[in-house]
Amino acid sequence: MPVSQYLANIKDTVQSAWEGMTVTFSYLFRRPMTVQYAGPEKAREKHELVQDTLPSRYRGFLEVDLAICTACNACERACPINVIAIEIEKDPANPKLRVMTRFDIDEGKCMFCGLCVEPCPTGSIQHTREFEGTQRTLSNMVLRFVDPAKPAPPYKVAKGATAFPRAVLGSITRPLVKAWDSPPPPLPIESAEEAMAHAAKKAH
Amino acid sequence: MQETLDRLIREVLHEDPQVWAGSWVVYAAALLAVGFGLTVFGALVAGLTSWWERRIAARMQSRIGPNRVGPQGTLQFLADALKLIVKEDLVPPESDQMLFRIAPYFVMTGFALTFVVLPFGYHLSATRMNVGLFYLIAVTALVVVGIMLSGWASNSKWALFGGMRAAAQVVSYEIPGGMLALVPILMAGSLDLHEIIRAQGGFPWDWFVFQTPWGFIAFFLFFATQLAEGNRTPFDLPEAESELVAGYMTEYSGIRFGYYFLAEWGNLWVMSAVISTLFLGGWQVPFVSAETLAGWEAAGTVPVAFYGVSTAVFVTKVVVLMNVIIWVRWTLPRIRVDQMMSVCWKYLVPIGMGLVLLAALTEVLSFQLFGDAAKGPAPLGTPRGALHLAFFAVAGAVPTVLFFRKIFRNIRLTGDRIDLTNW
Ligand code: SF4
Ligand code: SF4
Repeated sequence: MPVSQYLANIKDTVQSAWEGMTVTFSYLFRRPMTVQYAGPEKAREKHELVQDTLPSRYRGFLEVDLAICTACNACERACPINVIAIEIEKDPANPKLRVMTRFDIDEGKCMFCGLCVEPCPTGSIQHTREFEGTQRTLSNMVLRFVDPAKPAPPYKVAKGATAFPRAVLGSITRPLVKAWDSPPPPLPIESAEEAMAHAAKKAH
Repeated sequence: MQETLDRLIREVLHEDPQVWAGSWVVYAAALLAVGFGLTVFGALVAGLTSWWERRIAARMQSRIGPNRVGPQGTLQFLADALKLIVKEDLVPPESDQMLFRIAPYFVMTGFALTFVVLPFGYHLSATRMNVGLFYLIAVTALVVVGIMLSGWASNSKWALFGGMRAAAQVVSYEIPGGMLALVPILMAGSLDLHEIIRAQGGFPWDWFVFQTPWGFIAFFLFFATQLAEGNRTPFDLPEAESELVAGYMTEYSGIRFGYYFLAEWGNLWVMSAVISTLFLGGWQVPFVSAETLAGWEAAGTVPVAFYGVSTAVFVTKVVVLMNVIIWVRWTLPRIRVDQMMSVCWKYLVPIGMGLVLLAALTEVLSFQLFGDAAKGPAPLGTPRGALHLAFFAVAGAVPTVLFFRKIFRNIRLTGDRIDLTNW
């Protein structure tokens, strides 16, 4: 190695260290890009629920407003991992009508992708900002929107309607999630075979 | 330490421990207490540094860093330590069980032993050895034994590579490190850390780094060798994450993994303390000249405040240096293995040799020129003092001003502005 190269190497080292160090040091005086999310402490200070301090487009647990659900099955078909289970039967009181006897969303399985929200014609299925769902058993995390004793009739969309009267977001799911806290009777777990059979039946 | 203890017992209890039958019990208890205190101090420093380093790194990457546990995240290290202690301590079945288990303790011991001689302030250190620096260089070599052991015992290719790299690196860099340490030793004429500090003064131009150009260059090169010996970026090849997973620590988990990190971050303090002792005037307080101090000592009236102030000065220097090391880590990329070797053998060793020669020559010359006034801090009125001040202005003050100007230019050029909110 010629001497000039040797000296040039030393100069390069000193110069690049000098340049680099001034750049990194200057960042100590700048405002970081990161936006601090409102943590539980902040919410507690203001006596709010943490959920209410989250951004409005947060994708938390799903919520279905059965009052405007048309029972079109679009969300169930959209879900790539069969999280949503809808069952529709003939109304025993009036065989001409159909009723939903089951509308379950397994939040233990959901990946919060939002694919089910998009095809919904009425905006019935939506993400809420609820997220705290610690449970002793995974199967307890199923949100059951239909009480089997009280089947829900589908919503009839008025011709040309573009807006639908939806319940306040979170007002349905939050009580359901709250109800998880009390030790519930264990819900029947749908085995893998049952789930597949269910899906196969739907596919026909 | 024994004398200090004897004096304390004499002054407080008015008894002479030398005539006690079981005096060794007292000494042993005092030894244990000091050892425990220093190790706890090391652990605390390491923990707080781990948090502080993450905060600084985050700022440099335009992030915020851990700020949740405790005020501004200061208790983050307790949470981390708790997690590491509670985690399962896995020992791979294929490994050399015994060596695998004891390797972290070698690293910890090598780290903890340095506190035996490290000064903290005026007359404040566990012991005072007349070969203090030599002792330091010797015990830090224990760390590399631990690292090599863990690399070998893990029975994993990553770990073995890491261990071998560490061996090659640390052993190589001890040579220029020792050589460059000779420069301040020549200037002070002693290996005793406290003597080296006493040969400097309180003001920057009395420090060895600004006394001669040789000291100035040696400071930066010694800094680099210390980084390499402590396995810090840009010399963190033994644990290069992108190539070796975690190097010699790959197979470790739980608290044994924690020991390595404890030693690594605690080493930051050790490195900084050594550098500030050798080059940055240690605990010397400005406006307290060597004569004043000697006068106090002769009269036996060293003010208690002086102990506190000198410790504060020393700790400030060490903390600033630790920040510089962190700052280097988040600025410079890791170098390659061949580059690491060539930096050591082609640059640091020959330049270090040259510096030692020049420093020795300067000492001889200055002795010829100034006679007895050639050692120690020189008052500003004397020719030596004026020379030191001039060199400090050129090598210290001007670059500092340029540096801050460049920083503010950098901020302006990117269209940003100074903003210290959002912590
Ligand atoms: S959010 Fe995604 S995974 Fe969850 S139910 Fe909707 S479609 Fe399925
Ligand atoms: S929630 Fe929406 S998409 Fe799902 S069945 Fe009801 S109307 Fe259809």
